[in-house]
Amino acid sequence: MTEDQSDVILEVRNLVVEFSSEDGPLRAVDGVSFAVRRGEIVGLVGESGAGKTLTSEAMLRLVRCPPGRISGEVRFRGQNLLALDEPALAGIRGKEIAMIFQNPGASLNPVFRVGDQLLEAMRLHLREPARSLRERVGEILGRVGIPSAATRARDYPHQFSGGMAQRVMIGIGISCVPSLLIADEPTTALDVTIQAQVLALLRSLARELGVAVLLVSHDLGIISQMCHRVLVMYAGRIVEEADVATIFRAPAHPYTRGLIDCLPRMDGSARLGTIAGVMPGLRSLPSGCPFHPRCPLAEPRCAEEAPKLRSAGDHHSAACLLVGT
Amino acid sequence: MAPLLEVRDLVKHFPLDGGMLTRLLPGRPGRVVHAVDGVSFVVEPGETLGLVGESGCGKTTTSRLILRAIEPTAGRIFFEAQEITGLSPAELLPFRRKAQIVFQDPYTSLNPRMTVERIVGEPILVHRLVASGELRARVRTLLEMVGLQSEHAARYPHELSGGQRQRVGIARALGLGPRLIVADEAVSALDVSVRSQILNLMTALRERLHLSYLFVSHDLSVIRFVSHRVAVMYLGRLAEVAPADELFKRPLHPYTQALMAAIPTIGDGRASIFDQPERLLEGELPNPIDLPRGCRFAGRCPFRFDRCAEAEPELKEVETGHTVACYLYE
Amino acid sequence: MRTLDGLTVESPGVTVPTPAAEPGAAAGIGRWWRRFARSKGAVFGLAVFLAIVVMAVFAGVLAPYDPLTQGVGAPLEKPSLAHWAGTDSFGRDMLSRIIYGARIALIVGIVAVLLALVAGVTLGLVAGYYGGVLDAVIMRVMDALFAFPIIILAIAMMAIMGFGVTNVIIAVGVGFIAPFARVTRGDVLAVKEEPYIEAARLAGIGNLPIIFRHVLPNVLAPIIVQGALRVSGAIITEAGLSFLGLGPPPPTPVWGSMIAEGRNFIVMAPHISTIPGVALMLTVVGLNLFGDGLRDTLDPRLRR
Repeated sequence: MTEDQSDVILEVRNLVVEFSSEDGPLRAVDGVSFAVRRGEIVGLVGESGAGKTLTSEAMLRLVRCPPGRISGEVRFRGQNLLALDEPALAGIRGKEIAMIFQNPGASLNPVFRVGDQLLEAMRLHLREPARSLRERVGEILGRVGIPSAATRARDYPHQFSGGMAQRVMIGIGISCVPSLLIADEPTTALDVTIQAQVLALLRSLARELGVAVLLVSHDLGIISQMCHRVLVMYAGRIVEEADVATIFRAPAHPYTRGLIDCLPRMDGSARLGTIAGVMPGLRSLPSGCPFHPRCPLAEPRCAEEAPKLRSAGDHHSAACLLVGT
Repeated sequence: MAPLLEVRDLVKHFPLDGGMLTRLLPGRPGRVVHAVDGVSFVVEPGETLGLVGESGCGKTTTSRLILRAIEPTAGRIFFEAQEITGLSPAELLPFRRKAQIVFQDPYTSLNPRMTVERIVGEPILVHRLVASGELRARVRTLLEMVGLQSEHAARYPHELSGGQRQRVGIARALGLGPRLIVADEAVSALDVSVRSQILNLMTALRERLHLSYLFVSHDLSVIRFVSHRVAVMYLGRLAEVAPADELFKRPLHPYTQALMAAIPTIGDGRASIFDQPERLLEGELPNPIDLPRGCRFAGRCPFRFDRCAEAEPELKEVETGHTVACYLYE
Repeated sequence: MRTLDGLTVESPGVTVPTPAAEPGAAAGIGRWWRRFARSKGAVFGLAVFLAIVVMAVFAGVLAPYDPLTQGVGAPLEKPSLAHWAGTDSFGRDMLSRIIYGARIALIVGIVAVLLALVAGVTLGLVAGYYGGVLDAVIMRVMDALFAFPIIILAIAMMAIMGFGVTNVIIAVGVGFIAPFARVTRGDVLAVKEEPYIEAARLAGIGNLPIIFRHVLPNVLAPIIVQGALRVSGAIITEAGLSFLGLGPPPPTPVWGSMIAEGRNFIVMAPHISTIPGVALMLTVVGLNLFGDGLRDTLDPRLRR
């Protein structure tokens, strides 16, 4: 995070999301800090329950508070999003920062035509005559790869397949030319050939428009093929951060290493690596390093001291006491 | 040796429910969804056949047909050389013991109101495989086999993690002493680190108990890991069947090739498959109600030629054990 | 068949630590109570319900006088220390009659609902699980039953079978079958598609064991809730019938007929109508609040 501070469009500092419960406050996101630069695709990867979706939602205050409580700082182009009032934030959501979600069918309103929903999204944020916006609808739908876009704009969401609906969502996302797109498991509901089409579209759009993308995914393969930089999350914390080549070639955190070993290789090796046990629930977080009960390298001190992110090389950091010693 | 399971020309058409009126109108043939349209394959003892394909290709329907959970429109199924199509529910009982299923979703496949002990023990009790006094011990043995402890027996499903639930599902299937286990997306709902535990468990059990698996999945890397042979399914038909090593080294069918090109594997971080859209398959699955004439894949195939539109290609053996349904290889 | 005994496969997952284990069944009731107790209305409802139950069970001990003996006080006496709720036109003690009335109200309410529950749930299970023609026939009959106002249905049945507590119970019970059948069938339709049902079927388990061991326990919670809510409906219906003179014949102490009787003296002695009315209202409100509390805490569809 040393190079070119001016390029940073999003900086998250010490983001914490807590929920109150009968057993006291539960920390679902615990001190997450990272930055996203212009035009960069950053992957946020982790297993279910790691807090990755919550992190992305908390950044835009999409977590209902109460019961949640968000603290920390989310600086987007110099403003702290967590300190903005609701109208100001609404002006940023959907315009400067767009979001697409896992289930495209549920994100579109079934009773309005697809083109009208796209138009509505633009009218909310862009002060342009409706006429010129209307012309852009077909253009955008064409750009996201919807065949005969002008006709399809008059169709209803149920007439779109999952892949096509996700293209529409991407179209809505980019319609106001945001500087950051948050994509939360955008292709998890799609088949592999359709997933490839949608991800290829996302990557080309990001490059063309210079949009930064925060890609939330559980799929290491997708992360590897899509991202420039990767954040690995475990039990509400970021445990490793590095550029994509480093993280898969020389992972520093035992969890990252274990995760990669768990993947079946296409070369057909006989046995898979495993990580013993499961991720701890919020109610039963262990002391010290949250990974230590499952860690093959754990030492006694791992149960006492919670590791902070520390340097493991160039632009590479990991939250492990064994790193750098 | 006879194959454990043989499926011949299996067909399942689901009638489109047009409502009372259209059914009463005479002379109008009902429209159907061609879920499975002439599928044949065998599973040898101790073998894992991977059945891979995208959603809507008919792989789940095939797995249910084999277990007689639904009735085929046409075709025959043989298990241990005995034809099981046409058997009455009572006659099916011995088959039910020998062919079991493991489901995708470990959250909905276990009865939430039953303890693990009852879930695993019930089928054993119903088939009177052990005296009721020995049931407890049998359930403990099964739980240990799948890597659970006997203290889990008294738990309810909601008290277990996803991986533990899936182990319970496997224990339930093993309780009847099956020869064949149909694993329907058995690891698809699991997280990566838990998935590898379950995959290792399932392959270890296969060796230990000499089980056969029909492993149904959309995930090629999982299929690659567990399967001896792989059958690739597209829109109700098999496109290609080959030994796993062979298939992944040299996929022949254009669909198999496209499928493999689309898998995001861990790369070196420099080149991305998503930057080469020309290698990715275009278009989407055609409607399984009104199928095009000829090869079902022709509409999306980069190599199609005139013949593809004329008639449907049959599976032909190109090399020993490697069959493909494509005119490019004739 | 090969035996699996003695075979243990080394567990590749190493030992599997259990996630934050939720407490077992006993502690489950404690959790339920904590949620239930969060609603003041529900606790109030439960308290009222329990009070009525105590009144009904210990009527013989609690009632200061025999409810049927005439002339224990002057007729139409206002509430006093000797007769807390006054007396009726025959000089019977109103408080004793109210206490004994609770017994009949509860018996009719609970037994009628149990009757309706057993019949309705059975029909709903059969209709939902087997589907097809059976489903169509059962549910159309239920629709017809449902469309018929319960009070009219009960009047018709009483006209045929005659008066008496038993007949009131049967009449009200039959009138309440349809809602139970509907609720049950709807949930059965959802539950029978669950993979664990398919797993049971593929393990060769028969239909009846599947219905009773797998389907019924998973549809029970909304049925219990429905039951609790319907008891108050049954009590009102019974009161209505008694008010119309179709309930248990006099001199049985029944709230409905007490209200009816008091009409003649509404100006002179308003307490004769009002006090049973208040008892009826309290009971019904209490039961409904209790039922709402049950619904909010038991019905899985409303959780999450």
